[in-house]
Amino acid sequence: MEAVSQDDFEAKVLKASGKVLVDFWAEWCGPCRMIGPVLEQMADDYPAVLFVKLNVDDAPAVAQQFSVMNIPTILAFEGGEVKQRIVGAMPKAKLAEELGPFLD
Amino acid sequence: MPAEDQPDDLLDVIIVGAGPAGLTAGIYAARGRLKTVILERNMAGGQIALTELVENFPGFPEGISGFDLSEKMKQQALQFGADLREITGVASFAPRPDGGYAVATDQGEVLARSVILAPGVEAKRSGIPGEAEFIGRGVSWCATCDGALYKGRTVAVVGGGDSAVEEGLFLTKFADKVYLVHRRDELRAAEIAQERCFANPKFEYVWDSVPRQIVGGDLVEALEVQNVKTKELRRLPVNGVFFYIGQLPNTGFLKGIVELDDEGYIVTDALLHTSLPGVFACGDAHANPLKQIAMAVGEGALAAVQAERYLDELD
Repeated sequence: MEAVSQDDFEAKVLKASGKVLVDFWAEWCGPCRMIGPVLEQMADDYPAVLFVKLNVDDAPAVAQQFSVMNIPTILAFEGGEVKQRIVGAMPKAKLAEELGPFLD
Repeated sequence: MPAEDQPDDLLDVIIVGAGPAGLTAGIYAARGRLKTVILERNMAGGQIALTELVENFPGFPEGISGFDLSEKMKQQALQFGADLREITGVASFAPRPDGGYAVATDQGEVLARSVILAPGVEAKRSGIPGEAEFIGRGVSWCATCDGALYKGRTVAVVGGGDSAVEEGLFLTKFADKVYLVHRRDELRAAEIAQERCFANPKFEYVWDSVPRQIVGGDLVEALEVQNVKTKELRRLPVNGVFFYIGQLPNTGFLKGIVELDDEGYIVTDALLHTSLPGVFACGDAHANPLKQIAMAVGEGALAAVQAERYLDELD
């Protein structure tokens, strides 16, 4: 999964032509480390969606811009807009269910 | 019943829950060559995966992150051959006419001759207005997960036990100010935690008070609290509210099947036998007097050994 930064967030996420799923995470967050491998697997399963991760320690302004106050938070972007917001770690099946049609 | 009549997929033991208790039971059961499946509805690790640093688990004098500790326990159970399955939840649990048990999950039914219940607990919700609305926008149960997003901000911690004080201390690393809201006028937390807490100038104590509502716009802006003695309302300007007001056992699926106490914890005898033969309980959801990792792993080991003995007697 590619890492995005404060500097390329706009180009890679907001101005992306397709669907982008952003994992807001941090090194010190246990549940983030649990969900990381789940998202890596899902990135392979759903090639229509671009999966990227954003380290909130390095990009506090982006976290603030999207009101991310808990991590892991997963935001599903399309056309520069947040289509879905998922808070907390969960197994793959549940995450896929929550994201539903966004993954197609 | 005779072995040839048993279904092929009949397991020796199903362990419900993959926190420290369930994973330890899995290590012992799998190492004891029992056909073992561990069911987990969230992610392996249980409550400890949310703990920043575990300081009181023997063998780690420098402390260990809860996530790392739970990963090691998981690896150990897998390495001995336990099969860990992620499910979305247990739909039902019932005895079978042959003396075994069936656990129904979203991924089908699992059958075994014995069951170890280690479903754990989850954080209690306060139920006040605003709590549900602001999840992910300032309401949290996990300082370890979310603390660093409150750099330079003000937060409130609700509760007065070990979790409230320890997580509050963790939050002082980031937040400028931490209100500790407690319904009594003294803390219940362990002495060492209290000493650290009282020595930390970032805390402001809001005694004899209970939360009433959380207010804000897009994000949390304030927590309204009420003094239980004077009935006076006060609005604390905070960006985040962290609740540590106790826990609820994840035992809803056992109601009416296994004996539970008034609060829903699983009742057992001294050897962890529940009210059903071949069903054992361990960990935080067991009606035990100490909710600690050391207690959970001890009980997990005992439950697995008891299950093994039970199966030996059946054979």
